[in-house]
Amino acid sequence: MTELSTATTPAVPPWADPEAQPFLRLDGVSKSFGGFEAVRGVTLDIYRGELFCLLGGSGCGKSTLLRMLAGFETPSAGRVLIDGEDQAGRAPHDRPTNMMFQSYALFPHMSVEKNIAYGLKRDGLPRAEIAARVADILALVQMTPFARRKPDQLSGGQRQRVALARALVKRPKLLLLDEPLGALDRKLREETQFELKKIQAEVGITFVVVTHDQEEAMTLSSRIGVMNAGEIVQVGTPHEIYEQPHSRFVANFIGSVNCIEGRVTGREGGHLRIACPDLGAEVTVESGFEAGAGEKVALALRPEKIAMGRTARPGFENMVTGRVEEVAYMGNLTIFQLRTDGGARLRVTQSNTTRTDADVPRIGENVQLQWTGAAGFVLGA
Amino acid sequence: MSARGLAGLRRAWSGRALVVAVPLLWLGLFFALPFLVVAKISLSELAIAMPPYLPLAEWADGALSIVLNFGNYLFLLSDGLYVAAYLESLKIAAISTLFTLLIGYPMAYVIAMARPDRRNLLLMLVVLPFWTSFLLRVYAWIGFLKSNGIINNALMALGLTDAPLQLIQTDIAVYIGITYTYLPFMILPLYANLSRLDRSHLEAAADLGARPLTTFLTVTLPQSAGGIVAGCMLVFIPAVGEFVIPALLGGPDTLMIGRVLWDEFFSNRDWPVASAVAVVMLLVLIGPILLLRRAQAREES
Amino acid sequence: MRQKFPVMTVIAVLGFVFLYAPILSLIVFSFNESRLVTVWSGFSLKWYAELFRDTQILEAAWLSLKIAVASASLALVIGTLAAFALVRFGRFRGRMALGVMVSAPLVMPEVIVGLSLLLLFVSMEGLIGWPGGRGLLTITIAHATFGAAFVAVVIQSRLVSMEMDLEEAALDLGARPLRVFFDVTLPVIAPALVSGWLLAFTLSLDDLVIASFVSGPGASTLPMVIFSKVRLGVSPDVNALATLIIVIVSLAVTVAALHITRSNRHAAR
Repeated sequence: MTELSTATTPAVPPWADPEAQPFLRLDGVSKSFGGFEAVRGVTLDIYRGELFCLLGGSGCGKSTLLRMLAGFETPSAGRVLIDGEDQAGRAPHDRPTNMMFQSYALFPHMSVEKNIAYGLKRDGLPRAEIAARVADILALVQMTPFARRKPDQLSGGQRQRVALARALVKRPKLLLLDEPLGALDRKLREETQFELKKIQAEVGITFVVVTHDQEEAMTLSSRIGVMNAGEIVQVGTPHEIYEQPHSRFVANFIGSVNCIEGRVTGREGGHLRIACPDLGAEVTVESGFEAGAGEKVALALRPEKIAMGRTARPGFENMVTGRVEEVAYMGNLTIFQLRTDGGARLRVTQSNTTRTDADVPRIGENVQLQWTGAAGFVLGA
Repeated sequence: MSARGLAGLRRAWSGRALVVAVPLLWLGLFFALPFLVVAKISLSELAIAMPPYLPLAEWADGALSIVLNFGNYLFLLSDGLYVAAYLESLKIAAISTLFTLLIGYPMAYVIAMARPDRRNLLLMLVVLPFWTSFLLRVYAWIGFLKSNGIINNALMALGLTDAPLQLIQTDIAVYIGITYTYLPFMILPLYANLSRLDRSHLEAAADLGARPLTTFLTVTLPQSAGGIVAGCMLVFIPAVGEFVIPALLGGPDTLMIGRVLWDEFFSNRDWPVASAVAVVMLLVLIGPILLLRRAQAREES
Repeated sequence: MRQKFPVMTVIAVLGFVFLYAPILSLIVFSFNESRLVTVWSGFSLKWYAELFRDTQILEAAWLSLKIAVASASLALVIGTLAAFALVRFGRFRGRMALGVMVSAPLVMPEVIVGLSLLLLFVSMEGLIGWPGGRGLLTITIAHATFGAAFVAVVIQSRLVSMEMDLEEAALDLGARPLRVFFDVTLPVIAPALVSGWLLAFTLSLDDLVIASFVSGPGASTLPMVIFSKVRLGVSPDVNALATLIIVIVSLAVTVAALHITRSNRHAAR
């Protein structure tokens, strides 16, 4: 793994580089069980050294897709190429992939070191090399003191690290992780996210992670592929997925969003003007969205991008007046549910930067809601 | 590379075929095929020979002639003894099954409701007798039931009766014997069902104002219906064909069909009639067997 | 919430008494001085001595043991393969037939199984000259057949509760299917294998009806000898034999059960 550990982030990420060769290529991959199509025509390129997250709700096909990479399921159509090699007809034990299972799937009758050594033994490596590599990986995941324990003598977090080590120790071309942090409690999960990222950078192996947890995907990934009903609906960096979602599904799946219906009235350079009857106003939004005048669109606004105050402040292109209907205090931030004069319901969040709440608008109060032209984005109807 | 993968797949496939073939062939040869043989022999004629029946198919004058002889079945139907034995077997099996349910349900219920750490011990106590010899457990009841046996001695010592009661060699003894030996078969599926029962359903019923008995009758009992059917069939089906218990505990007039078959085979050496008895018994049991399969399938899902 | 009905508890307690009283009396009267097995007249071990002088019983016991060990081992192999195929292979040709043949012997009246197997052996003998007489071999085959069904049920329920991803993990780490079976599946289901074998073993040791049908002259198993003795009435040496069997089986089952609960508790943590 040392030869890869020097990998640094290049100036141009590989997915933006037209010259770059994909490391994993999915080409029109589908899978149906009986009449049910679990995965539909997924085409996707993943590059060497990426930490790619497949994100989606339960039953969206993400796990089936991962299992096809591992060789547990055979695609009904399409091809899977890893490092240029077609994986068709290859059994799981013949693939250059290893998997970390959601349940960890540690062999209960083997000690930690036996579990980790299992895959190396199957490769017929010399005993001394196996011992050395097991020792190295145990040190990497900080489990050296627990080498002789059985899985049932470990905590959840320790088991997770053993499972990771067992999959990593074979130095697969591709490491597949099925909800790797799903079984950990919240606090531990947050710490482990960073640790996983660190280990990945250290070993330089390409990771494909399946998760339903959008926060986890955002923290871990180089890029995210959002899945819905068997299809990949958008691929992008966490920033792109959050700030430039292509669809209402993606916009709603990651974070929350206010969607306000309207009609395009015109374009001024990079700005689109949209008349939103529910806001009782015409708004302007910076967007490359191609729509002719009169076309139905929706303005999407993240709740934290709306400024709220008793009086209007300068520097915002858009402003409406609203009335506070609900207030929910969350600790780090407060969520306000508002109704605009036009009748639209808007959700606005404010960071609680002080410990007092004297300035916070109360239920029933009228406030000014403002946002810049760059705050929102446009979605098709 | 991909050739190696293909070879691996082929090897995996032939391994699979072997895993399926061994039990399929074994059970096909020694479990399924014998039924066809029984069906065949039930249609042949008794002969004084070894084996004591005539072949079904014969080469006569260069032509194959197959003579099916339904005489054995007509004989079964015309002789009142066989019909009576079938009815008696069904009656005895049904009554014993009812007793087994009446004792087994409370036991399964108490075990399922017991403290978790006690449950395994109680279950083991239920299963343990099942591991010890069935024949010897039936034998033990002879000592209990005979005229100078433990029960009669106890009754006389207590002054409840002057002369010993005739317990052994009665139908009652057969009921006791079947209930006793098949009790675990009733308790285990019932326990499996009752232990899955969601406790919050009971709490919800109580919260909505149901008294414990009402809760039991309206929530617990209906939900355990599958376990009741499975347990009853697991007792009823083998009990219909029971031989040892009526032979050891029943009287000479306890006509159970398993015993009739045994005598037909070992005493009369009439293999074709014994086969016909077996075929009819199987036909009688098809309904209960289907019922059992359905109940078990429902219990598993 | 626990619902307790006193009636149920009373019946349950009586039920346990019902289960154990006959067995206890069997044991107690095996130490009785008198030939009567129902009236206590003093402690004695003479029936045990008599038992060990009875060569007919000892020979039958030895035959039964041999049959039980052989048939339980055969049943373990057949039943485990059947269970593995049924639980792990999804759909395959013959699945339905295998499923029926594995579950039917559990409830099939023994007289039918015994008669049908005998008729098969006789027919085969006429056609191909095999199995060549009846005795140890035919009884072993018969016992292995219904034992396999019981083994399959035990192993099936264990395999169903065993997560498939353990086996997938081994495959993923480079083990071939056969290797996975021996490295992962078998060790994990080992307790079930033990109880399956024990079950097949005791069922074989216990069987009277099927053995009576498929046995030939000269091959009498222990239950066959006991049955012929018991038919003539109670005799204390049978009590002594019963006591020995009960003690041995109870010890074996208790040890196995303790071992299994311990390893289960181990696995559940």
